[in-house]
Amino acid sequence: MANISVDFLGINFKNPIVAASGTFGFGEEYHEIYDVGLLGGISSKGLTLKEKQGNEGIRLWETPMGLMNSIGLQNPGVESFIAAEIPKMKKHKNIIIANLGGNTLEDYLEGIRLLNHSGVDIIELNISCPNVKAGGMAFGIKAEVAYEIVKKTKQASKKPLMVKLSPNAENMTDMALACEAAGADALSLINTLNAMAIDIYRRKPVFNNIYAGLSGPAIKPIALRMVHQAAKAVKIPICGIGGISSGKDAIEFMMAGATLVQIGTANFVKADIIPDIIEEIQIFLDKEGIRDIKEIIGII
Amino acid sequence: MRNETTIILNNSQVADDIFRMTVKTKSIPQPGQFFMIKGLYGDYLLPRPISVHDYDDGKLVFLYRVNGHGTKMFSEMKQESAIQLLGPLGNGFDYESFQGKTAIIGGGIGVAPLLYLVKKLDSKNTDVFLGFKDEVYAVDDFIRTGATVKVATEDGRAGEKGYVTDLIDYSKYKTVITCGPEVMMKKIIKSCIEKKINVLASLEERMACGVGACLGCVTKTIHGNKRVCKDGPIFDGRDLII
Ligand SMILES: Cc1cc2nc3c(=O)[nH]c(=O)nc-3n(C[C@H](O)[C@H](O)[C@H](O)COP(=O)(O)OP(=O)(O)OC[C@H]3O[C@@H](n4cnc5c(N)ncnc54)[C@H](O)[C@@H]3O)c2cc1C
Ligand SMILES: Cc1cc2nc3c(=O)[nH]c(=O)nc-3n(C[C@H](O)[C@H](O)[C@H](O)COP(=O)(O)O)c2cc1C
Ligand code: FES
Repeated sequence: MANISVDFLGINFKNPIVAASGTFGFGEEYHEIYDVGLLGGISSKGLTLKEKQGNEGIRLWETPMGLMNSIGLQNPGVESFIAAEIPKMKKHKNIIIANLGGNTLEDYLEGIRLLNHSGVDIIELNISCPNVKAGGMAFGIKAEVAYEIVKKTKQASKKPLMVKLSPNAENMTDMALACEAAGADALSLINTLNAMAIDIYRRKPVFNNIYAGLSGPAIKPIALRMVHQAAKAVKIPICGIGGISSGKDAIEFMMAGATLVQIGTANFVKADIIPDIIEEIQIFLDKEGIRDIKEIIGII
Repeated sequence: MRNETTIILNNSQVADDIFRMTVKTKSIPQPGQFFMIKGLYGDYLLPRPISVHDYDDGKLVFLYRVNGHGTKMFSEMKQESAIQLLGPLGNGFDYESFQGKTAIIGGGIGVAPLLYLVKKLDSKNTDVFLGFKDEVYAVDDFIRTGATVKVATEDGRAGEKGYVTDLIDYSKYKTVITCGPEVMMKKIIKSCIEKKINVLASLEERMACGVGACLGCVTKTIHGNKRVCKDGPIFDGRDLII
């Protein structure tokens, strides 16, 4: 049997499959369906320093082979995550990635200081959040803005820092390079694409915030292109995300340069899809006579 | 809770746009729970939440209305085709704790989750009120439970003419259960709260995961946001912010 374990930032993942932030809670709910201990890791629901109730109005909208969401980072806050969720996640022996968002530099730094003393393995910095000091434009749009936030958070962080890139960045190659130069230990990409839907009967946007994030199979080819661009530009490892729904999709992202991949929307399509994906990867490698999954990373 | 691929035993039309589907299952659901269901083929992404309409010995019945694309695809699925069922999901009705006389009020396709509940209740202590716009469905199944059943239709083609809510003398009941259009449920909840009667409502929200992980289906309650799929779909009317 081919080896499917990978090393990422000095941490051994028993397989390259991680549950994507916001789609898997903290793992408890899916553990009622299958043993989530078989995942490589879990990226937590997007955390903020203080608890958030999230957005009002419609939060979900299905599109052809895609899903739009406007959850608005509803979460219990970093402290409650550390006290209540980490111990449960540890029981399943998952590698824990804390996905951290914020609207100011201070929020990010305070969140990191708290996480430094927790049992999380990696901090995934979500820079798709609106920056309130810059009129609400997300931190992850302009490379200079991202550079500043990554540099300061990296200095504060005692945990490995993986920066989660937004596909709404002005230029993916520049963005990846800026984050690497600022000290990011790894990159994960992509977050959801900024998108829109209109309810023609009410003559109103579907979402209260007008725009919402698009995910799912519909975004996969774009995500794959962006992972490839980032992987060509930087030396730090990459976690690929975006529409991955099968073992073959995961292999594509790894060939494009990802060491790990995250599964998001596909969990909704089939609640126990992750065990299927892991099995498909194993079968693919065995059939193709590949002894170690590392042999395919970045071959394109 | 499990995700199982099973087969359709029967899928037939019972009224305009209303279908009844029977599937095989290994799960044992409670009244008020639901499943996320999806055919194995079809060009839509997410499973759809559909309530337990009836259950007996490994056979699960759904009653559904063709609403948009997904439910249209359901209506075209044939006997023996494979279907994916995630469930049973949600809290369901804590029917063993119901006390005194109970009124069950369903409006339109909102009658779906109520049949299996009525089957579990003492028929002598249960009055069922079913409201429809025009064509009625499932009424005979409710009558067969032995409970008293009253029907109202907006166009008067069956039962009383008018709204089902006008048929109810709330003072007779200790507990009221409702599922149906939002306006109807709001009206019922308000009346019950005024009259200090226990009221439970089965809510609907758009769902993605169905298991409580994505926070896409929340509703506002006096205890903060609650997930309709996990903390509901059955809520105490007094907790809802309406
Ligand atoms: C807990 C629960 C139990 C339900 N039980 C039943 C039942 O027993 N019988 C029945 O006929 N219907 C039931 N519904 C409503 C049913 O889920 C929707 O009619 C169905 O999802 C519509 O899908 P569509 O593809 O036909 O419509 P589309 O409008 O094409 O659907 C697009 C998206 O919106 C979602 N959506 C649209 N309308 C609704 C709605 N009213 N509620 C939730 N999601 C919606 C769909 O799931 C899909 O993701 C229930 C809903 C919930 C939340
Ligand atoms: C319902 C939902 C909630 C999400 N919440 C977060 C979040 O809190 N933080 C974050 O960084 N990404 C969040 N995402 C983005 C996903 O982690 C992922 O980057 C994106 O959905 C693309 O992957 P997919 O196509 O596999 O879903 C969310 C996505 C969805 C669908
Ligand atoms: S549908 Fe995901 S939390 Fe309810």
